[in-house]
Amino acid sequence: MNETTQVQPNYNYKVVRQFTVMTVIWGIIGMSIGLLLAIQLFAPALNFDIPWLTYSRLRPLHTNAVIFAFGGCALFATSFYVVQRTSQVRLFSDKLAAFTFWGWQAVIVSAVVTLPLGLTSSKEYAELEWPIDILITIVWLAYIINFFGTLVIRKTSHIYVANWFFGAFMLTVAVLHIGNSMAIPVSFTKSYSIYAGAVDAMMQWWYGHNAVGFFLTAGFLGMMYYFVPKQAGRPVYSYRLSIVHFWALISLYIWAGPHHLHYTALPDWTQSLGMAMSIILFVPSWGGMINGIMTLSGAWHKLRTDPVLRFLIVSLSFYGMSTFEGPMMAIKTVNALSHYTDWTIGHVHSGALGWVAMVSIGSVYHLIPILFGQPKMYSTSLVNVHFWLATIGVVLYIVAMWMSGVLQGLMWRAVNADGTLTYSFVESLEASKPFYILRAIGGAFVVAGMLIMAYNCYKTIRAPKTDTVNDVAVATA
Amino acid sequence: MDQAIIGSIFTVIVFIAFIGVLYWAFSSRNKDRFEEAANLVFDDEAKPNTKNKQES
Repeated sequence: MNETTQVQPNYNYKVVRQFTVMTVIWGIIGMSIGLLLAIQLFAPALNFDIPWLTYSRLRPLHTNAVIFAFGGCALFATSFYVVQRTSQVRLFSDKLAAFTFWGWQAVIVSAVVTLPLGLTSSKEYAELEWPIDILITIVWLAYIINFFGTLVIRKTSHIYVANWFFGAFMLTVAVLHIGNSMAIPVSFTKSYSIYAGAVDAMMQWWYGHNAVGFFLTAGFLGMMYYFVPKQAGRPVYSYRLSIVHFWALISLYIWAGPHHLHYTALPDWTQSLGMAMSIILFVPSWGGMINGIMTLSGAWHKLRTDPVLRFLIVSLSFYGMSTFEGPMMAIKTVNALSHYTDWTIGHVHSGALGWVAMVSIGSVYHLIPILFGQPKMYSTSLVNVHFWLATIGVVLYIVAMWMSGVLQGLMWRAVNADGTLTYSFVESLEASKPFYILRAIGGAFVVAGMLIMAYNCYKTIRAPKTDTVNDVAVATA
Repeated sequence: MDQAIIGSIFTVIVFIAFIGVLYWAFSSRNKDRFEEAANLVFDDEAKPNTKNKQES
């Protein structure tokens, strides 16, 4: 029921609520699997000799769960929310929205079933077999129609910049998914890619890096451009910069994929092009980060009292850090040291846990009270506890992986005077063990923070509804 | 036309397009437009605490 005025149209919050709650649940599941994997690396017995629980099968489940289940639900929730609020109109179609929700949950559940069974196309971040790929495509088309349909019927004259980023993310992910997943099925559960050799590798990392660039970056920048100004209570630092940021980012990212294939069978010029594009990508990335952080200019004191805002701003700091690190690692000579080592894992997690997860968590903390009719979260101090657990956890994680990664890179490349390798592989593995333990501790911090978040969200959702206007006192817990 | 020529033409086109984006973003004609757009985030806010009502 809504006794709305013209100002507040009758928004479809149901689908936003569903996706927001599932963001928290899938976050806990995906990150817990990650924690188990981290522990398995120094305590391999924890696979209990059960094939379904081996590292090789759970690892793709972890990546799919955190990227597409946790990150995906966060993107669906926020994009459906932001497009309605900034277009001042209800979603184009409630039926398509419901289909998107249930369809996406079906995709995730299929992943949870098939990946531990060992059914995989073995393409990184695109492991799911062809029937699931088709389901993803259908759900994604429903999502695109609904989002752009809402923009078409909008009541405002402008399309707010957050929606540009969301729109670019949706369209590009559709192209990437369809392009990379082209395969010839040989049975219901097995298919072979239509690409072969170096072309397959190039397609895979064109997809893989743009999954990072569009799924994990453009979409979450859309989130940033709405929730940072909203939580800070002031418009974005420079709307003009956001326009340049948008066009520069989307036109550069698409070329960066070959940096995953330095010193491989990929033609040399392609590697160099990928490297050059990756280095230039630093500029729009930092433009966006500065635009987000400077939104707080003149209101820095809010960081002291508002842990939700702190989540959002610290996520931008991690974004800046990993988008400096990324271009550096894309340089061939640096890559010769960093590639195939834990440094890469650390880099991914400073982006995924530091940037993507923290901006999502901040947005969820912003959304939950609004969606469930509460003036604020059940406990602000628990949000604060979560903030510190997440920050300390991520820092422990990436520092451990930096040390382990550089150590591995140096040990693997060390040669004796006669040209033989100084260290065997297992020696480098032994050297990494303390850092694996440290990484697992960092991961445990992150998971603990997510559990506190779930409790806080549960209490907020369950709290008695504050029906009366201006009844703020109720939820001072 | 060989690949180098096509590549060069493409580079020039992209460069011009980017200059176009810069011009569009920073031209003073669009200043008010963009300021209005930047405030879209706050435009649909109802009176305090009424905005959180349930619907659907």
